[in-house]
Amino acid sequence: MSTLSRKDVSHLAHLARLAVTDEELDLFAGQLTAVLDAVAQVGKAAVEDVPPTTHAVPMTNVVRQDAARPCLPRDVVLAGAPAAEDGRFRVPRILGEEA
Amino acid sequence: MSIRDGEARASIAGSASDRGAERVRSGAASADITSMDVHQLQAALADGATSVEITQAYLDRIEATDGSFGAYLHVDPEAALARAAEIDAAGARGTGLNGVPIALKDVVVTEGVPTTSGSKILEGWKPPYDATVAARLKAAGTVLLGKTNMDEFAMGSSTENSAYGVTRNPWDPERIPGGSSGGSSAAVAGGLAPWAIGTDTGGSIRQPAAVTGLVGHKPTYGSVSRYGLIAFSSSLDQAGPMARTVLDAALLHEAIGGHDPLDSTSIDAPLPLLAECARRGADGDLSGVTVGVVRELGGDGHTDGYEQGVLDSFTAAVARLESMGAEVREVSCPAFDLALAAYYLIAPSEASSNLARFDGVRYGLRVGDDGSRDLDEVMALTREQGFGPEVKRRIILGTYALSSGYYEAYYGQAQKVRTLISRDFSAAFGTAEDQGVDVLVSPTTPTVAFPLGARLDDPLAMYAADLCTLPASLAGVPAISVPCGLSEGLPVGLQIMAPALADDRCYRVGAALEAALTADRGDRGFLDQLTLPPVQGAAA
Repeated sequence: MSTLSRKDVSHLAHLARLAVTDEELDLFAGQLTAVLDAVAQVGKAAVEDVPPTTHAVPMTNVVRQDAARPCLPRDVVLAGAPAAEDGRFRVPRILGEEA
Repeated sequence: MSIRDGEARASIAGSASDRGAERVRSGAASADITSMDVHQLQAALADGATSVEITQAYLDRIEATDGSFGAYLHVDPEAALARAAEIDAAGARGTGLNGVPIALKDVVVTEGVPTTSGSKILEGWKPPYDATVAARLKAAGTVLLGKTNMDEFAMGSSTENSAYGVTRNPWDPERIPGGSSGGSSAAVAGGLAPWAIGTDTGGSIRQPAAVTGLVGHKPTYGSVSRYGLIAFSSSLDQAGPMARTVLDAALLHEAIGGHDPLDSTSIDAPLPLLAECARRGADGDLSGVTVGVVRELGGDGHTDGYEQGVLDSFTAAVARLESMGAEVREVSCPAFDLALAAYYLIAPSEASSNLARFDGVRYGLRVGDDGSRDLDEVMALTREQGFGPEVKRRIILGTYALSSGYYEAYYGQAQKVRTLISRDFSAAFGTAEDQGVDVLVSPTTPTVAFPLGARLDDPLAMYAADLCTLPASLAGVPAISVPCGLSEGLPVGLQIMAPALADDRCYRVGAALEAALTADRGDRGFLDQLTLPPVQGAAA
């Protein structure tokens, strides 16, 4: 049986850019271990030579005419942003102070 | 906390100038309107009722009773009445869906109308465009009553995972209305909307419809555009109708369905004639139709977790299908036993990827951006405070299932099981040479609506509510839930599944069952058995 420790959950949360509290780590480690145990049942299926299904509908690439179409006005889009500046999304700094 | 637009209540209508309006202002007539199905509303509109007075009747009921149901997240009476007046003035009412009110699940983006997907991370966001579903309903002349509550990002089976509070089941306010489209189900069952749009990823239309006594249909994957639905699990998500009757569901499905160039997974094929099939089905002749009862969904040896009352209602309904001429036989779909395991790997995996877009940059919440933190920290804090526990659990589970070293054992294996489930459907439905069944049936849910809070701390128990609805989702085939009886005074749903693009079969068989059970009971429809609170002091 697979288990997810607090440390595992903390690592996975970091990979997903998700801060988690200590209480959440305690709660999720137990709950996710139980869920993982249940979903691990997929391993019981005999699937040699069975191809995976990524999509229920056969997918082919869809192309359209390469013609310009109107898009949303910049100010309308930026109106929904948490921060904007000079007609752009404003983001927190990406590089460290020294960079 | 409520984000309801509140105070501009309905007396601003300016509708008093319309003679018809006075006629329906009394509480009794207003109750009449809100217990009509859409087919009847269309007739009333053709007969001289105005969209303003119909819209007003729903707004009155919302104002009077939604405080106790919590079906809506956002209602703008002024906008709804202005829109209704516009339809009335255009002289279009009485044709098609012109002037018919509707509610949309809050996962459907609506231009200029707040859309949250049940999440704090989108609180206050007003989308800059309409989803194709919303645009088509607008073009058809419907009147938007409001946006309905839902489990956050459609993750849940009870609507208790909403960041904005619970929704209560009109059949019993201490019970769940199903989920994730529980605001839509409560709104329609409670007479707060004549019909509504839901979305279904693993059962989120069918399960809430079943536990509130409604008809709910999940269309063939790719037959209703996903453009503008806030994505949860892209290979599974489908929008569809929730309504009082099978015919209404078919009418709504026709209004939203069909190819959309803005959705690359949209199927470029005409919709089958759905409303016509619903009407034909109501004739009650099912001779020549073969119905397969899925053993793995509540049949012999597979009854764990199923309530006896649900199984009894289901069995009686199947016998009723047989009495209308259907040939009934049991069918085995062994891979369905693994549907829950496969779904709860595939859906969280896709969700962990889809929800990466909520990064505090382009829309919604941003937390901790005080100059002391870098982008990664702001992103993590924003997501910590913006997402609820179920969303976090699924992001973490999905991240695990997709991570190197585990991918093949979990996600890859689940995708292969998905193939086995599709093969079970194909085998059951047969081929031109090897005749199979026309439709498969099962209970829609293993139990009736469970009490609020009963499964909130036990994710696996919550997931079990989707046991019967997951196979059709994974295979992309259409499935409808139709009320088939009561157990302990609460609604039970029967699920009808059909091959891809044969949604018309769901409507035909569903309408036959609905007509037969309505005739057996001698009422106007299943919801006649539900007593709703009166609307007192409706706008004068």
